[in-house]
Amino acid sequence: MLDFPQWKIWSIMLTLFVGLAFAVPNFFPEATVANWPSWVPHKQLNLGLDLRGGSHILLEANTDDVRKTKLEGLEETVRSELRGADGGPVAFTDLSISGGVLSITITDPTRLDTAVETLRNVTRPVGSLSGQRDVEVSVVDGNRIILTPTDAGIATAVNSAMTQAVEVIRRRIDELGTREPTIVRQGDNRIVVQVPGLQDPSALKALLGKTAKLEFKLVDVDADPAEAAAGRAPPGSQVLQYADQPGVIVVKRRVMITGDQLVDSQPSFQDGQAVVSFRFDSAGGRRFAKATQENIGKPFAIILDNKVISAPRINDAILGGAGIISGSFTTESANNLAVLLRSGKLPVELKVIEERTVGPDLGADSIRAGALASIAAVLAVATLMILTYGRFGIYSVIALVLNVLMILGIMSMLGATLTLPGIAGLVLTIGAAVDANVLINERIREEARKGRGIVPSIEVGYRDATRTIWDANSLNIIVAVIMFSFGSGPIKGFAVVLSIGIATSVFTAVTVTRLMVARWLSRRRPSTLVI
Amino acid sequence: MTLKLVPDNTNIGFVRMRYWAFALTIALTLGSLALLGIRGLNLGVDFVGGLTMEVEFKSPPQLDGLRAEVEGLNVGKASLQEFGNNRTILIRLPLPEGDQTAVQKVVAKVQADLKAKYGEVSFRRVESVSGKVSQELIQKGALAVLLSMAAVALFTWIRFEWYFGVSTVVALVHDVLVTLGFFALTQLEFDLNVIAAILTIIGYSLNDKVVIDDRIRENLRKYRKMDIGPIIDLSVNETLPRTVMTSLAMIVALTAMLLLGPDVIFGFTAAMLLGIVVGTYSSIFVSSSLLISLGIKTRSDASEDAPRGERIAARAERVAPRK
Repeated sequence: MLDFPQWKIWSIMLTLFVGLAFAVPNFFPEATVANWPSWVPHKQLNLGLDLRGGSHILLEANTDDVRKTKLEGLEETVRSELRGADGGPVAFTDLSISGGVLSITITDPTRLDTAVETLRNVTRPVGSLSGQRDVEVSVVDGNRIILTPTDAGIATAVNSAMTQAVEVIRRRIDELGTREPTIVRQGDNRIVVQVPGLQDPSALKALLGKTAKLEFKLVDVDADPAEAAAGRAPPGSQVLQYADQPGVIVVKRRVMITGDQLVDSQPSFQDGQAVVSFRFDSAGGRRFAKATQENIGKPFAIILDNKVISAPRINDAILGGAGIISGSFTTESANNLAVLLRSGKLPVELKVIEERTVGPDLGADSIRAGALASIAAVLAVATLMILTYGRFGIYSVIALVLNVLMILGIMSMLGATLTLPGIAGLVLTIGAAVDANVLINERIREEARKGRGIVPSIEVGYRDATRTIWDANSLNIIVAVIMFSFGSGPIKGFAVVLSIGIATSVFTAVTVTRLMVARWLSRRRPSTLVI
Repeated sequence: MTLKLVPDNTNIGFVRMRYWAFALTIALTLGSLALLGIRGLNLGVDFVGGLTMEVEFKSPPQLDGLRAEVEGLNVGKASLQEFGNNRTILIRLPLPEGDQTAVQKVVAKVQADLKAKYGEVSFRRVESVSGKVSQELIQKGALAVLLSMAAVALFTWIRFEWYFGVSTVVALVHDVLVTLGFFALTQLEFDLNVIAAILTIIGYSLNDKVVIDDRIRENLRKYRKMDIGPIIDLSVNETLPRTVMTSLAMIVALTAMLLLGPDVIFGFTAAMLLGIVVGTYSSIFVSSSLLISLGIKTRSDASEDAPRGERIAARAERVAPRK
């Protein structure tokens, strides 16, 4: 138990050295660390938003939206595929979406098989199961085809929409010029956005929620205004509201062109009025030119998130692929719209479901109070230990300090985040480390009291106590793992520190102190044991 | 010379006191349940949803006046609470309806009004949680607590015997209930941090019990002829210096946290402190004595039943109920 071969001593020293080396950067200012040579550990501990101040926002996507978008996309595809089917267009009626499915009636029963075949080819394989497709095609009542998006198909669509949403959000936040935002997916349909140092999240939230779907559609000039006011539109048209003025306008359902192909968008001024200029990529520019050329003299609507911003008349073909959106913008709203258009549209609508903002004063106060309390806790515990166990107490305290430093080192190395509950976890770990040493020292005392010699007392003390320490700590690890897997936010932060702390405290409190005791025994060969 | 908190070779009859201890434990548990039923927990926005603002004033405000002031802004029913000191107030409002920026609008409105009435105020923290998220947080929190308990029971059962599993879980349920009762009594805000504290209490209290259980098992092997009562007393007494020392170290560390640490974790630290005291009590007085009531057998009892050597005796202990 007390024999340490050279290789063991060296591996213990090496482990300690590595752990401590990674803790070092935390004691220097960031600017100093940046100038260190590259082979030295650089990473500093990440502080949670509760400690450094900033905004935390949890967004949730409406998955029904994804289903709807998928069905709408499917409707377009069905229309064009049936037109271009093998052996000429397939005639159909009643193409409609209701109850989460798309249904269509094939007029000519002899073409039914061709139609089903054509539509089956449109579906794509999804998921890990073989044979599973994103849309199920079935025939009812002889000539009616039902297309139902499968759960796996929706899940795939949600997944890709979320991945895309994270990218869009990142671009939008970058536009705000904020420092090191964290944007991560959480679960199936959520995104966490954390922006350190941000005090007023209203600007951020205004940017995050907007879908920013830009469309250009022709205005239906033949529609009856009275019918439109009642919310009814002729077939192939729809009634839309204006973004910033009362009244409605009827537009064709068919989209002339969407904003997907925009490459740039900037706020600017025209006749003293704030406007937003935009530019298409070359393919988009050609389509835009063609669409405008065909419709010279007609009014068209510029639509953002299903609200009409303005409906100007096309005076000339717009050939350069660039244009201007005018409406009643302020400088700020023009800038916002430009940012939204530049970053692209969100594939789903996102809603804020949780939001926490911590001011910088509170964060600084918390760090100060947390550090002060930790130091006080270590000092108080150290005094108690040294008073109670003398030399063995000193060893325990050295181990305790090494333990705290190693936790900091490992957390920095892993890039883990220290939160307020994490600091409390640190205190608990100090408790666990102390407990290990108390167990050992009390055992040694007991054995010594029974009249055993110095070396046997220490050996038996370490051996018996170690078993108990393993039992107790494996239980704690189980609890920590449960906390980490099932807990949320603060509980996770606590569990991280606890798990790392349990590992390091067993190492420092058992192995490292034993090494120290063994060295002392072999150097001094003490004749009495004071404990 | 070193300090000894507990004298050597104590011989306190914990087993003899067990009926008093059981009575006290039942009283504490029932009392806590009653408090929970009558007063309930002061659930934070984490669990009920809503909007919380931590506002620091230059001088202590009049709570009633402040409440009237905030409610006069037509933002819903406000509930106020001092937080850490009498200049820092936690203002709680229902979650505003509306679009993404509705929360900021309410905060801005309150901020402007308080600035006008009270001069310099600082909004240190703003949190809003929707009902959906708070529901999930409750479920996740409760699940984490229940799963931890189940894992503990399973572990002690496998590692020791079922008696230990049962006695440990009974003691843990008591620890958790008393902690909850404390929160019902003081009406300290019950938030996610407190759930972390409860999990920690479970972990700590468990640690205590495992240490004693370990010793009981060891002594059961060592002293075959001894009755179970004296063995439990011996084990608890032998581990008493360790129990007291460790609890004291934890109490010292947590007191430092409570007095000097940030206000945000006051509830957390208070819960842990109480949990340590209650957990230590239940380890010493309740969980080990409970083993007798559960009918644990010593090797000597068992070997009378089946005098065919140790292995069978050891199994007999596991399967034979007492009388």
